[in-house]
Amino acid sequence: MKIIRWFLGAALLIGIVSLIIIKPFPFLFYQNLPHVGFLGRALYIIILACFLTLYRIWKGPTGADRIVAVDILGIMIVGLCAVLTISTGRSWYIDIGIAWALQSFISTLALSKYLEGRDFDE
Amino acid sequence: MSDIIGLILISVGLLFDVFGCLGLVRLPDVYNRLQAATKCVTLGTCSILMGTFIIVGFCAAGIKALLCILFILLTSPVAAHAIARGAHRSGVKLCKESVVDRYTEDKEGEL
Amino acid sequence: MKSRIILFILGFVIWCLLSWVPDWQHMVVGVFVAALVAFLTGDLFIQRPHVLKHPQRYFYFFFQYVPIFLWEIIKANIEVAYRVAHPALPIRPGIVKVKTILKSDTALTFLANSITLTPGTLSVDIDTKKSVLYVHWIYVKTEDTEEATKIIVARFEKILKRIFD
Repeated sequence: MKIIRWFLGAALLIGIVSLIIIKPFPFLFYQNLPHVGFLGRALYIIILACFLTLYRIWKGPTGADRIVAVDILGIMIVGLCAVLTISTGRSWYIDIGIAWALQSFISTLALSKYLEGRDFDE
Repeated sequence: MSDIIGLILISVGLLFDVFGCLGLVRLPDVYNRLQAATKCVTLGTCSILMGTFIIVGFCAAGIKALLCILFILLTSPVAAHAIARGAHRSGVKLCKESVVDRYTEDKEGEL
Repeated sequence: MKSRIILFILGFVIWCLLSWVPDWQHMVVGVFVAALVAFLTGDLFIQRPHVLKHPQRYFYFFFQYVPIFLWEIIKANIEVAYRVAHPALPIRPGIVKVKTILKSDTALTFLANSITLTPGTLSVDIDTKKSVLYVHWIYVKTEDTEEATKIIVARFEKILKRIFD
């Protein structure tokens, strides 16, 4: 039973990834970009990984699982901003990435303090 | 040439990102998920940023990408440590495959 | 006072890197901002400024700690990817106790970060009074404290003691 589920999941994941690699869907891009062949596919693969973390946020049995998934989502958005920096050629996307990394770190610390059940001023 | 090296680094980073998120979905309890996700996603994002730096070069975006690598390598293990400690203190149990838990033993011995 | 000067230089360098390419207007604003930050939070950041004076510590840090750290991160990622993609999930998790001989806060922070990013381990809590770390291990090879110390901590402890103590 377990091995059948593993095969189904692997087939689904490999199918989605190969669909992205063969023929990326044309939405999300509003102009012709220089590297769009490779970097557009890279954006779609990061978005796929973000959907995996969203599954864990939706389904997580305890609060700690959800906090872990939010932290990981925050780190992955930084990678998305880096890919957007190359593909659009605008350097302010990486500024969004730096600000997002620091702010996500602080919010994770605050959420874990809340989970521990202590006050914020300690 | 530097474009090709950068694109290879970005592909390796994407691979590790997907494996980290797969670990977040497949593994059984909070601590295992935290391990897989923190390690893989930290190295994956650092690899993507390094590829960005190699493609873009020494301009504003490249220097900021290097700073971003530094921030992520310093902050992400601290965040993982804080979440693990908070989860254990708030009473999240280890999964049923686990073999030993010295932390609970020591805390019960003190009380 | 000494720690405030170090924090001022650090903040000014980070300001210059953030506003690359630096011209003199950015530099003037950066001097004021870094001075304000160093004045407000100077005594929180660096406790023992005399450590920063020895050049051989920087040498050990960049040529001995950083390569080992990067190599361990790459090994850890390949191992985690193998465990996640395996159909039977070969995990045997548990929390073990390891001892350490490091004393200062910076060294303990770097040790906990190294443990978190190396193969199969995640630091859960630090007890500074008993100098004991609790480590979550994804595949427990041994439950004994001494052997676990030898496997997990020993490869970083010597280098970090030379750098930070």
